[in-house]
Amino acid sequence: MTWVNAVLQGLLQGGIYALIACGLSLTFGVMRVVNLAHGDLAVCGAYLAMVLSSALGVPVWYTLPLVLPAAFVFGMALQVVLLRRALRTGEIATVLVTFGLSVMIENLLQEGATANDRVLNAGAIGVAALRIGGQITLPWLFTAAFLTACAVLSGLQLLLSRTSWGRKVRAIADDIDTARLVGVRVGPVFASVAGIAVATAALAGIFIGAIGNFNPLTGESTLIFAFEAVVIGGLGSLWGTLAGGMALGVTQVVVGELNEAYAVLAVHLLFLLVLAVRPAGLFAGGQQARTAQVTG
Amino acid sequence: MTTLLEISGLDVYYGDFQALFGVELRVRRGQALALVGANGAGKTTLLRTVAGAIGPARGTVRYDGEDITATAPYRRIRRGIALVPEGRRLFPSLTVEENILVGAAAAASDAWPLDRIYQAFPLIARRRKHRGSQLSGGEQQAVAIARALAAAPSLLLLDEISLGLAPVVVAELYEMLAALRQSGATLVIVEQDLRRALAACDEVVCLLEGRVALTAPSSVDREDVIAAYFGNTRGDRT
Amino acid sequence: MKRDGVAAAARGTQLKVSRWSAAATAAMGSLAVGLAVLAAVPYFAGGPAEQPLIVAFTFIAMAATWNLLAGFSGLTSFGQHAYLGVGAYGLYLVAVHGINPFAGIAAAAVIAGLVALPVSGLLLRLSGGYFAVASLVVAAVFQIAVTLAPSVGGTTGVSLPGLAGYGPVLREAMIYWAALIVAALSVAGVFLLVRAGFGLDARAVGGDPVAASVLGVRVGRVRLLAYLAAAVGAGAVGALIALQTQFIEPTSVFSVQYSVEMLFMVLVGGIGTIEGPVIGALILFALQQWLSQDGAWYLVLVGGIAVVATLAVPRGLWGFVSSRWGWSLFPVGYRVPGRDHHRQAG
Repeated sequence: MTWVNAVLQGLLQGGIYALIACGLSLTFGVMRVVNLAHGDLAVCGAYLAMVLSSALGVPVWYTLPLVLPAAFVFGMALQVVLLRRALRTGEIATVLVTFGLSVMIENLLQEGATANDRVLNAGAIGVAALRIGGQITLPWLFTAAFLTACAVLSGLQLLLSRTSWGRKVRAIADDIDTARLVGVRVGPVFASVAGIAVATAALAGIFIGAIGNFNPLTGESTLIFAFEAVVIGGLGSLWGTLAGGMALGVTQVVVGELNEAYAVLAVHLLFLLVLAVRPAGLFAGGQQARTAQVTG
Repeated sequence: MTTLLEISGLDVYYGDFQALFGVELRVRRGQALALVGANGAGKTTLLRTVAGAIGPARGTVRYDGEDITATAPYRRIRRGIALVPEGRRLFPSLTVEENILVGAAAAASDAWPLDRIYQAFPLIARRRKHRGSQLSGGEQQAVAIARALAAAPSLLLLDEISLGLAPVVVAELYEMLAALRQSGATLVIVEQDLRRALAACDEVVCLLEGRVALTAPSSVDREDVIAAYFGNTRGDRT
Repeated sequence: MKRDGVAAAARGTQLKVSRWSAAATAAMGSLAVGLAVLAAVPYFAGGPAEQPLIVAFTFIAMAATWNLLAGFSGLTSFGQHAYLGVGAYGLYLVAVHGINPFAGIAAAAVIAGLVALPVSGLLLRLSGGYFAVASLVVAAVFQIAVTLAPSVGGTTGVSLPGLAGYGPVLREAMIYWAALIVAALSVAGVFLLVRAGFGLDARAVGGDPVAASVLGVRVGRVRLLAYLAAAVGAGAVGALIALQTQFIEPTSVFSVQYSVEMLFMVLVGGIGTIEGPVIGALILFALQQWLSQDGAWYLVLVGGIAVVATLAVPRGLWGFVSSRWGWSLFPVGYRVPGRDHHRQAG
């Protein structure tokens, strides 16, 4: 693989990271909750898609109309049943509860689906690739993931900037007390945001499962990559998250070309470097980023 | 005139700290009530309790005859209570127009659509696409009031709208409040400037360390208000 | 106003401010007796009694140090197992250079503290959930770094040298005493730290860092001290684990399961109290005896109970008990005896 090819693949891979990260970014920006089970929920999406696609005998894409709404509803339920109570209990309660949830999900998956690596049936798209010149090979799967990520981010951006719901979300993210005071109903907004977060996570999980192996413990590294993409890109900016994801992807693929064993470490070190040098992220969206650093 | 807002025996706590002690207050429909007192006397706490941001430990809040002590803020807005919070509290990442639209989210009626608001506040109409941080203090305060108006309230609560503003600007704001009164709104105004408060309102309530120290029509002697403000009996000068 | 001034000011009135209680004196007394009995166990009970007690002591030490971070300073770290690993590998490096492995426990703990120093520079810029995930990243980095270093055995792991001179009975007893000392020092260390000025500062920082800093608390220093102390404690525990298993291998010593267990013990026992983690450790110990440690169901249960505890009993068993009846065996607060029993300033 040439360097150009590696960089391009890395950029495309960044789309997946952005897809898994945008839900995390949204939940944190609006609810001030870091959902440590976010990665595991993505993996659940992959497992659900796997079960459905083998039961129906179709490539995994045909299961999307079933998996995504289910994920959305599950996210809303999670918010109403668990997270809302945790938010009311106190500062660190959400962190503790989502971590406990993460442990439960990972181990339930292990019991239910064994620890074996799986891969999703991606159909024809899974193997096809776009060849440019003699040097560049872009697997369609990566391209599709990237384009999907862009579509989802654009859609979210439109929702946030053009709709009444979006105004409420941004108002809550700015100042939840005043938002309540001027009549915004925070509960339904939180539920819908949580639903979107889990749905995008499930979508990302399906791409992750289609591209490579996954097992019950994949959630932890997925969470870490999502988190790193958010921090590198900067809080408060959805497109910043895409940039963060692309930075991750490029680092991983390029270093992986040199020495596979160092690829993941390089990504973590990049994250730590950004944290050390520019903690607000490369594309921080203003005031939110600064207050987020203090209040976590 | 009917009673629009009635507060009785209100005790409000912040954790272990008691901020209000047995507060009693009555506001008649169409009236303008001035709420004065030193910093920390409990004025903001009282307004926030009426708006629903804080729940009292004891006592009741009755609005238009109904007990709303346990009602959620958005429901109070639908019934017609709106608060212009202390320090304006505009949403920084929203434009002027978006701020106003958010205020309209739970509106009691359609009485104050965007057009009517822009007519009443021509200055901010011109700045509608700007973020709050790009506006002057007076314009920000106007936006905060507009945001509350968008909810079409019958009872408008205003917390320290003159803070940090030039007298000329404050005068304009109070002219607008007078116009609002003419159109039938009921106002409760927290104000540091005693003269302005007494001039704009027909009744004054003075709070001292969480308790009502004085309830009087605004024709009362200013010296009496000042005495209640500081907790002296009239004639002390310590 | 100095904290001693509180007691001094109170003396001028009819109120007395006390930092101790009759129950605490009784507890200290029984504790001294208990420690003596425990120390004598290898003499009269031997191997079968030592094994489970060693496990219990390790739990107590882990729980006490995690509580210092999360319970008193508001730093929820799920990456403490990173320092378990550092402690284990630290002991290996020290032993390889000829130092007695038992004496090396202290060295391993210090190494963990030294490693924590630069890490804290990065990590302590964050709070809350961000800090939690970043701590996971740090643990991942340590684990990967070790697997890439052939000098410490890479993915295969290494054997701990220097134990050959000890017969199995003596070795077991030495590990037992080392574990007892580490556990006792952890609990005592946290207790003394919290009782001193650090404790109030830490809880202020944990509760509201901005307000604390406005009041003059050196927020940065408090968090740094808590983080380093917790790392040192975890390093000692890691060394203990290495001594027990005698074989150090990345995936087992850097296992996130340790952090899950720390979370469980502190939450169930009572976060932010000294007694809580000890109780939680004993509960986890009992749970492990009842359920096999390796099953996925064990972890599901541990995680599930932690979730329920956070929501339903956020102050844990001891927190509930102590706020209901005013008990305190390790008092770290200020009481006005004779007044309202349910209003403890601690």
